[in-house]
This record gives sequence, C-alpha cells and structure tokens, in this order.
Amino acid sequence: MDKLLEMKGISKSFYGTQALKDVNIKIEPGEIQAVCGENGAGKSTLMNIMTGILQPNEGEIIFEGEKLTNLDPRTAQEKGISIVHQELSLCPEVSVAENIFMGRVPEKKRGMVNFKEMRKEAEKVLKRLNLDIDVKQPLGKLGISEQQMVEIAKALSINAKILILDEPTSSLTESESQILFDNLLRLKKEGIAIFFISHRLKEIFQICDSFTVLRDGVHVGDGRVADVDPDDIVRMMVGRELDQAYPDKGTEVGQNILTVENISRKDEFENISFEVNEKEIVGLFGLIGAGRSEAMQTVFGINQPDSGKIKLFDKDITANNTRENIDQGLIYITEDRKEQGLFLDMDLNANVVAADLEQVSENSLVKKKKVKDIGGKFVDIMNTKYASLDQPVKSLSGGNQQKVLLAKWLAVDPRVLILDEPTRGIDVGAKFEIHTTLRELSNNGHAVMFISSELPEILGLSDRILIMHQGKLVGELDADTATEEEVMMYASGRKNDFEN
Amino acid sequence: MNIIKKLKDSLGKELGALTGLILLGAIMTFATPYFLTLTNLMNILRQSSLIAIAAAGMTFVIITGGIDLSVGSVLSLSSCLTAGMMVSLGWNVWLAVFLGLIAGGILGIVNGVLITRVPLPPFISTLGMMGVARGLSFVYTDGAPIYGLPESFKYLGAGMIGPIPFPAILMVIIYLISYFLLNKTKVGRYAYALGGNEEAAILSGINTKKYKTIVYALTGLFASISGMILSARLDAATSVAGDGFELDVIAAVVIGGTSLSGGRGKIIGSLIGALIMGVVRNGLNLLLVSSHWQRVILGLIILLAVTVDVVRKQSSEDQDGTLSSFFAGLKS
Repeated sequence: MDKLLEMKGISKSFYGTQALKDVNIKIEPGEIQAVCGENGAGKSTLMNIMTGILQPNEGEIIFEGEKLTNLDPRTAQEKGISIVHQELSLCPEVSVAENIFMGRVPEKKRGMVNFKEMRKEAEKVLKRLNLDIDVKQPLGKLGISEQQMVEIAKALSINAKILILDEPTSSLTESESQILFDNLLRLKKEGIAIFFISHRLKEIFQICDSFTVLRDGVHVGDGRVADVDPDDIVRMMVGRELDQAYPDKGTEVGQNILTVENISRKDEFENISFEVNEKEIVGLFGLIGAGRSEAMQTVFGINQPDSGKIKLFDKDITANNTRENIDQGLIYITEDRKEQGLFLDMDLNANVVAADLEQVSENSLVKKKKVKDIGGKFVDIMNTKYASLDQPVKSLSGGNQQKVLLAKWLAVDPRVLILDEPTRGIDVGAKFEIHTTLRELSNNGHAVMFISSELPEILGLSDRILIMHQGKLVGELDADTATEEEVMMYASGRKNDFEN
Repeated sequence: MNIIKKLKDSLGKELGALTGLILLGAIMTFATPYFLTLTNLMNILRQSSLIAIAAAGMTFVIITGGIDLSVGSVLSLSSCLTAGMMVSLGWNVWLAVFLGLIAGGILGIVNGVLITRVPLPPFISTLGMMGVARGLSFVYTDGAPIYGLPESFKYLGAGMIGPIPFPAILMVIIYLISYFLLNKTKVGRYAYALGGNEEAAILSGINTKKYKTIVYALTGLFASISGMILSARLDAATSVAGDGFELDVIAAVVIGGTSLSGGRGKIIGSLIGALIMGVVRNGLNLLLVSSHWQRVILGLIILLAVTVDVVRKQSSEDQDGTLSSFFAGLKS
C-alpha cells in the first residue's frame, strides 16, 4: 500500500539538548502504529513536529506525496493530521459542539455562528464513535472518558487522515479503554492511520499493527507487532537487558526509627499502627480510596490525628507540623509532582534547595554559589539528565522531574522517607534508577516507606508489605514470600489479619 | 415547572445577582418613600447607564481572561476630543462624536496590540494606557474643562423619549448588541474558548491575537460612548472625568457573576451588576448617607457578591466531585 506520511531525517534540539536526531517514521492508511520509548525519548517532540506545533531543525515531511515545509498547526489540521493531546485540551465552559468545531465554527453570514449546522455536524461525528451525548451541554459536565471521545471527535471532524493519540488511556479505566479501542478499530476500517503512543505494552499488543521505538531521540527500531514479543520492545526502549527488574533486597534490619500507634482520623482511616526500621523498605498497598495517602500525610504532620501517637526515635512527634518533622529528618514526597511537588517554572537548582534555604544562606541571605553547589550535587546524585542547571524543571521529562523532586528531599538529609507513588507515570529506565536509589538509601541506614498501586513494584521493591482496605490496616506480609494474589486478597477486603 | 427550570438554567449564576437586585430594591422601597417613584427609577437608569455601557465591553475582556484598566481614561480623552472638535473647532456635532468614538476604539486596539504582539500582560498594558490616555487628556485641555457644548449633543445625556432617558435606551440597545455578539458570533464564542483554555484555542487554530484585539477595541469603543453621555449630561468635558471609573466597571462585571479567571460569565449579569451599584448609590443618597460611607458599603457589596459566587461554585463542584478544578481555579 502507498505511504500516507513519511518523515525523513528529522532532527530537533532545545536548550542545547538534542531531542531528536535523524529520525525516520512512516505510516500507511488504516495502519495503527505504536510509538514507544521512555519519557524523554522524543515521542512528543516528534508528534509536535508532525502536527506543526514545532519546526524541525532538519529533515522533511512528505504527506500524500507532497513535501510540507514550514508546517503550522492550522495547515496540518487542514491537511488531515490531528492530535489528541495527553492532557485534554478543551474548554470546559464551552458546549460540546463548540469544542468539536473550535477554530472552525460554521458561519451563517460573516462572523455569525450557525449553531444548528454545528450541532447537527457534531452529532454526526459523535455517532461515528457510537456516542450519544447532548452536544449543547458544557463539556465540563462530561466524565473524563467522554471528554476524551469528544477530543477524538474533534480530531475526526476535520476529516482527519492521520490521528495521533498521546497516552490516550492514561486516565481511563479498563472498560473505558475497551470502548476507545473499539472506536479505533472502527476508524482503522475507514482507512484512518493512527499513531498510538502508550507506555502500556499490553495495549500495544492488543491493538497495534506496527511499532516504532525511540530512545534518547534516536530511532532504534521498527517492525510488525506480530513479529516481536513485549520483551523485545522493552529491550529496545531501555537499550539493555532487563535481567533484573528490581535491586537486591535488604539483608538486615536495623533499629526501629518510626513508630505509629493507633492513629485515627474521622472518615479517613482508623487505628493504624506500624513501625519502620533502619535499612528497611516498607511498601504500603491498597486500592484507591483505602486511605493510604491520608494516613501518610498525617504521619508527616500535614494533618493531626484525632487520636493515637506517632514517635520518631522514641520522641513523641504527634503534634508536630511538617516543618518540625522535616527538621527532625522525616519527609513525605507527594504523588503529584506537578501540582504539589515542584516549582515548574523555576530552575533545577532552585527546586532542589527549596525545602531548606537555611543550608544555602549566610546571615539570612541566600548565596547563589551555595545554591549552585548543592543543587548540582543532588541532581547528579539522582543521575538526572539535563542540559543546564539553569533550565526550568518543566522542560525535563516526567522521569527526570521525579528525580529532581527526590533530589530536593535528599538535600534536607532525611532519616525517614515516605514516598507516595514515587514512580507513577515515568518510564522503565527512570523507574529502575529511582528504585536503586531508594535501596541504596535504605542500605545506608535510612528508613523508607512507599505507597504504590502497582503490585509488581510493591513485591519487587519492598522488604515488608502493609496493606490497607477502607481506612484500616488489614495485613502485613513478608515480601519474599508474598504473592500478587495474596496481596490483592487483603486489599480487596477478603482477608484481614487485624480484625477488630 | 419545566419553564422555571429553563429560566433558571438560562439565567444560571445571574439568578443570584438578580435576586440581589430585587432584594435591594425592596429594601430601598421600605426605607424611603422617594425610592419607588417613576422619576427616581428613571434617574437610576440614567446614572447606571454610564457604568453599564462600559461594563458590557469589559465583560468581553474579562471573559477572555483579561482586564482593562484604561476605560476611565479612555472615557475622558475621547469625550474631551469630541468636545474640543465641537467647541474650539466648530465641527459638526455628529462628525465630532463619530471621531471621538473612533479614538476610543483605536486606544482599545493599541491595548490589544500591546497585549497580543509584544506581548504584555493585560494588567500592565492597560495600566500604561490608563496613564497615557489620562495624561493626553490633560495635555489636550490644559487641565481646564471644555464648556458650552451644542444643544443637539446634550441630548445624548439629558434627552428623553417619553418618560425614558435617552442614555437608558442606548444602554438597552448596547446590551442587545453585546448579547448578540457574545452568543451568536465567532468573536463571542471564541472569547469564551480562549478565556477557558487559551492553549486549546491556539492549538485549534483560532487566531487568538485577532479576537483579543477585537475585544479590547470593543471596550475602548464602549468606554467612549459612556464618555459622550457623561460630558453631554454635565455639559462639560473634563480631563478628570471618569477617575476611578475602571474600578466601578470591573465591580459591576464581577457582581454580575463573570469570573476574573476567564471563560465564564454572561452579559446580562453585568447589566444587573451595574444596576445594583446604581440602586445602592441612589438609595444611600436618598437616605442621606454620606459619600464616605457609600464607598465602604459598595466595597462590602463587591466582597459579598464574589463570596456568594465562590461559595456556590465550591458547593456545586463538590457535588460533581471535581474539587481539583476548584483548586485550580483558586490558583489562577
């Protein structure tokens, strides 16, 4: 079959970092192609070039036999290249129909919107996706998955020939994903080419025909999905054998550092008791809504417990606020790095020292040189990839942002680390590095406790596993002998060792 | 039942403001016998029209997520220019009015260009324009009021059609036009879109620069219409006219339920907001409350209106279970 789109020798750099180097990619009508790679591998950059949001430094784009130069978003749309961004880019206050036709509303006379026509067309497009929703209502009234369908409808409404989906399932449940896939297969039959960006290998093998793998901005492989297995793709993505997915477990357990006795908070959790020791990693598992984050935030002093006691080195810290806890070596690293963890517009240095300006100050004045020294030191300890310490954190990939967040907290020299979903949404390589760092910290005598919703991570990284269900601690397991099924039994409430 | 629900839906947030207006009217009626008379009500309409007309333009700007601090100065400069053309140069009244309005529109376009092309934040750009236009007004008049405006011009401020003051009719016409622009045309619909999510609007290929500039031009134009009415009513154009006017205008829009973070608001709300301010001023005057206390009370009303709005938004977000968007709203 004829190629619909071909990109040859695409290169692009930002802030002196080479984001893409001599990348080739092509697609045929009716093909679903996975674009794989770790965060920061250059997938988004490539897609932004394809849709005219970014201009390449080198290379050419050939679409339906025609060479496109100086592509801008509008032209790309008119040609039929549409993207559905990972973060929904819609206006919640505006109606569904207007969102679908944003930028191209049908007109009656000059400047006057033809609402009737627009609604009719909107309903027509939504019907292609088997969707029956009131197009007059504001978009914000819809659920996330429906909003995403609206985005796809928007992309289709411009006669898309190529549809790019950037992590489309990241905020969808399993059954919602299935509806999405059914729709994608329907579009495939119509001859639409789809680029499917996802971290979830299972989905790639479920729905894609072919794949392209990028690593560090370089094209490292492509082919038919049917010819490979998931391990092959992972190997190409990380560029090394995954002989060991998790670092070695700890060998000994040191003295007790953190003791939590029967803490409760109304409507959040009750009677939570546990200990965390030196040289030990404790994993806290539970389904969403089990009260894990709430309990840990209370231990950290964001909230005070209604009853119970928290002790650090035998000292009662129940009434401490977060500042006092940080000063005594107890820290909590948020699960939401963008909203709660980092100052995205500030540079790497400033982020690293943000939690403790004392150590970079003299006579209450912040010393630039100290900021640079300490910032650089901890960013490097975390093996963060960056072009300059002065670049804003938001220009880093998700995995590297997470490392900066960790670096920030390591800079305060903690003894007890509580991490909430420390590897959420980051790629395999960065994940492994973070796991390794946590294990090293633990081996050096730190106490580490982490929350995770991923069973393999809970089993692979922890020495000991705690499980919560509906605000209560229901189980404690040795990670060496526990199985995924067993942990799920507790988490789903079918098993409880601490009946009370 | 269905009709009530429909009415409630279409009025939405404005229902609160409307209730407030009616409540205030009722209170004033009980407080003073002079309030509920035809003459007084018409007087309120005449007084409110100044703020209301400029607020119509400001509503567009605020819906795009912007702000225009220069409306008071633009009002003054355009009215002084028109008065000068009529009195000193002896030009035709309507030509002078026309050129004055064009001047207001151009000042708005300059704001729009600074905001979209430099780009400057709207607050800064219009703060600068506030100083520049006010200064030019002083330079042009040398600080002295321009008196003796033609009779036909004064009709703009003092004229009556039957029992209704001409400015009130003009106000209604402008609100009808604004309603149409905001709800039926691309300018209005894209204003909501780019106020709600500017990134999305740009990615959708909307020429946001063009539509933003149009919106600021509209505000400049409407502010200068208010300027004409004011100078016609006072029979004088002065360089100090409209000092602090921008805050009254913004207050009217905000009382009317338009969100300062952009993306939501209705034109009818701003009219109600302006009328609320008019009723309060008028009622307090009738009750012989000193102008010093009037400022305090108007300030409290702004706080109350926005508090009610925030609380209501909070509780409806809670029902939807999307508290995060509320926090996002607080941050911006």
